[in-house]
Amino acid sequence: MATQHSRSAARAMMAPAVFLLLVWMLVPLILTLWFSTLDYRPLRGTFDCCEGLGNYVRFVSSSAFWDSILTTLQLLGGVLLITVVGGIGLAILLDQPIWGQGIVRILVIAPFFVMPTVSALVWKNMFMNPVNGLFAHAFKAVGLEPVDWLSQFPLFSIILIVSWQWLPFATLILLTAIQSLDSEQFEAAEMDGAGPFARFGYITLPHLARSITVVVLIQTIFLLSIFAEIFVTTGGAFGTRTLTYLVYQRVIESQNVGLGSAGGIIAVILANIVAAILMRVVGKNLDA
Amino acid sequence: MGRITLDKVRKAFGDVEVIPPLDLRIEDGEFVVFVGPSGCGKSTLLRLIAGLEDVTSGEIRIDGTDATHLSPAKRGLAMVFQSYALYPHMTVRKNIAFPLKMAGMDQAEIDRRVDGAAKVLNLSSYIDRRPGQLSGGQRQRVAIGRAIVREPSAFLFDEPLSNLDAALRVGMRLEISELHKRLATTMIYVTHDQVEAMTMADKIVVLRAGHIEQVGSPLELYRTPRNTFVAGFIGSPKMNLIEGAEAEKHGAHTIGVRPEHFQISTEGGTWTGTIGVSEHLGSDTFFHVTVPGFAEPLTIRAGGEVDLHYGDTIHLTPDASQIHRFDAKGLRLP
Amino acid sequence: MARAVTTQRKIVFTALAWGIGLMIFFPILWTILTSFKTEATAIADPPVFFNFDWTLENYQVVQERSDYMRYLWNSVALALGSTFLGILIAVPAAWSMAFVPTRRTKNVLLWMLSTKMLPAVGVLYPIRLILIQLGLLDSKIALIFILMLINLPIIIWMLYTYFREIPGEILEAARMDGATLKDEILYVLTPMAIPGIASTVLLNIILAWNEAFWTLTLTTVNAAPLTAFIASYSSPEGLFYAKLSAASTMAIAPILIMGWFSQKQLVRGLTFGAVK
Repeated sequence: MATQHSRSAARAMMAPAVFLLLVWMLVPLILTLWFSTLDYRPLRGTFDCCEGLGNYVRFVSSSAFWDSILTTLQLLGGVLLITVVGGIGLAILLDQPIWGQGIVRILVIAPFFVMPTVSALVWKNMFMNPVNGLFAHAFKAVGLEPVDWLSQFPLFSIILIVSWQWLPFATLILLTAIQSLDSEQFEAAEMDGAGPFARFGYITLPHLARSITVVVLIQTIFLLSIFAEIFVTTGGAFGTRTLTYLVYQRVIESQNVGLGSAGGIIAVILANIVAAILMRVVGKNLDA
Repeated sequence: MGRITLDKVRKAFGDVEVIPPLDLRIEDGEFVVFVGPSGCGKSTLLRLIAGLEDVTSGEIRIDGTDATHLSPAKRGLAMVFQSYALYPHMTVRKNIAFPLKMAGMDQAEIDRRVDGAAKVLNLSSYIDRRPGQLSGGQRQRVAIGRAIVREPSAFLFDEPLSNLDAALRVGMRLEISELHKRLATTMIYVTHDQVEAMTMADKIVVLRAGHIEQVGSPLELYRTPRNTFVAGFIGSPKMNLIEGAEAEKHGAHTIGVRPEHFQISTEGGTWTGTIGVSEHLGSDTFFHVTVPGFAEPLTIRAGGEVDLHYGDTIHLTPDASQIHRFDAKGLRLP
Repeated sequence: MARAVTTQRKIVFTALAWGIGLMIFFPILWTILTSFKTEATAIADPPVFFNFDWTLENYQVVQERSDYMRYLWNSVALALGSTFLGILIAVPAAWSMAFVPTRRTKNVLLWMLSTKMLPAVGVLYPIRLILIQLGLLDSKIALIFILMLINLPIIIWMLYTYFREIPGEILEAARMDGATLKDEILYVLTPMAIPGIASTVLLNIILAWNEAFWTLTLTTVNAAPLTAFIASYSSPEGLFYAKLSAASTMAIAPILIMGWFSQKQLVRGLTFGAVK
């Protein structure tokens, strides 16, 4: 499979993809790096050189930065926890012999098709609105005080929305993995005297390990750059400002490009650290 | 024509030398079998000849012209792969026609050749099916059909029978041998099964760790194995190799006696041992005999009706003219 | 498991699965239902489910006010354009990685995936500047390229995993049969990988359709797709539930319908080719 000829053909065919991604990664990154050393505020017309690391110091030392890190981690952790645990449960349920399995599967994967702006708007207005939302109606019906979800429990609400979007994905992957489990293993374990919980713990879970890493990897990639859900629901208020959103506010809303770019570079560095850790863990587990 | 010459061909993957410099001549029309244990480099050698791998150094000549740097398609060779490598999305007809289509042959000629091959290989009734609907043996035939329509100067077979069950394997073995007789085209056949090698080959090349251990006709290898490796590899069940005092009696470091070259008796003989497991095949019986002082039990072939059992004492006399003698390096002594 | 399943057990699980399935689907169902209500019924307490006067008025209003068809066309162009371009670039790259792997292949692949982890905000401003300089802000061409680039790693990865299931021997056989590289990819690899390519295409259409960072930040009018169309309903029109629902339904319907029609391929695609 590997002659000189095929190797050089392979290099030539890789080239466009590698080149495009390299340009896509490097050019904006270098510009951002440059901006981050400037006092660059287009609205005021300032474009002054040589802030040095000033922007970085200012960005990191603001409390908003640390809050945004915490928020990002909470969002990430919350969604991963809900989708993985929920996904395993749902996958096991859907793996049981039931009537209309195909239809249930369609129902369950549907949220994945819904664009983030739509799901955020629908949840925000039609479910979580304190006056007219369905949740408010439900609370009133059982005699409870309606809750203004997005201002009282803003982060939790966003986690809920995002989890709803990603639960289908986790469920599908885990369901596919469970279905590939050899039933003889189960029968052997049953012969060996393992109860349902022991079988789950010793056979199902280890079998799912690889799929769970895939779920975590792919969701992390997408969750770190969550934007629309926050943009539409809280606009970053009430402690729902993730690092991504904070940088967006600095650059676009307050038009402080120098400071925002420093934030952007920090976000890139942090994302790279997360990526490196994930790749190390996943790379081993992925055989990719 | 299909004369293939390897001249100091060497193959290394990085620092690992899989095939040290190696010379080999394959004559036109010969059926040559590369045989050896897995990992001996036989498949790599075949792929070097096919052009699917680059040689690191050395030269490959096909019919006298240097083919070392030719692409696989230009070497005029056809290959049958272990997994058959049929194109699953094409019918049998299209599979067989593919190399001709690639060669830009006109449709009438393609049809003529495909129909001819299908008839020869009894594929006519499956010609519009896809590989997924065929049995293992039928797929094998399609793969062979795809190879023969090209009228190549040589056929390369990479363990083509290893995915078939035992009964089918014997049948296909015969078919390939017949094909060779009829086409009289050079065939190079890789296998790890020495029975296939013995039954099919004009010339066997025994390989170990990239080295050629011996080249010769099946009977040459059987009668005069050049070393203990070939002695142990060719022949089934394998030759008994005995070291120590008994070997020294014959002036050798190791002596070898094939299971079929013993006389057995219940009264007396050169060696005396106890029967362990016996395998009754009907036509033959194989006894595994433990002889005190020997490192390993001997395997003895006896007639099918011999009435001896587990635990019986047996006397063995090796046929004096059939004792192979080897020195301390394992090389055959004259 | 070859074992008799008691009917009782099956009933319990069926009820449970349907219950949870409907719960997960409910927000979508509710949105679709609400889109056919009047504004007054939409916020009625207690909520009305099916027995209301169905009306198409909201759809008319939304179309008149927002020019839905233009956004729809933009979404279609962006999703199909970026996916097509991505496949064109990804197929050769995935072929290389799957069939001529080197020691670096795995690292290249992981590097590609890691470019997807770069926070887009970090580079938003320079991209905007570059597009302004090129006069391509709010243009479909620029967005097609950007959406292609952000999804390219995923496309390559998926194709790579699908291609790896195809035995290399078949491609070698094609090579022995005299196929050139082009023949090999066109006549042997691509037809064999059609299901995988279809899954990849479907998933990427969805990802591009739903992408809501670059489409929101780099478009204003001309190139704005349905994500922007919906974002314009965030306030204060968001309080008109029936119209919001109609707009939402119009935004997600094309993808939902496509999803239902191609369920099998899509389910495979949704797992990103990572699980077999």
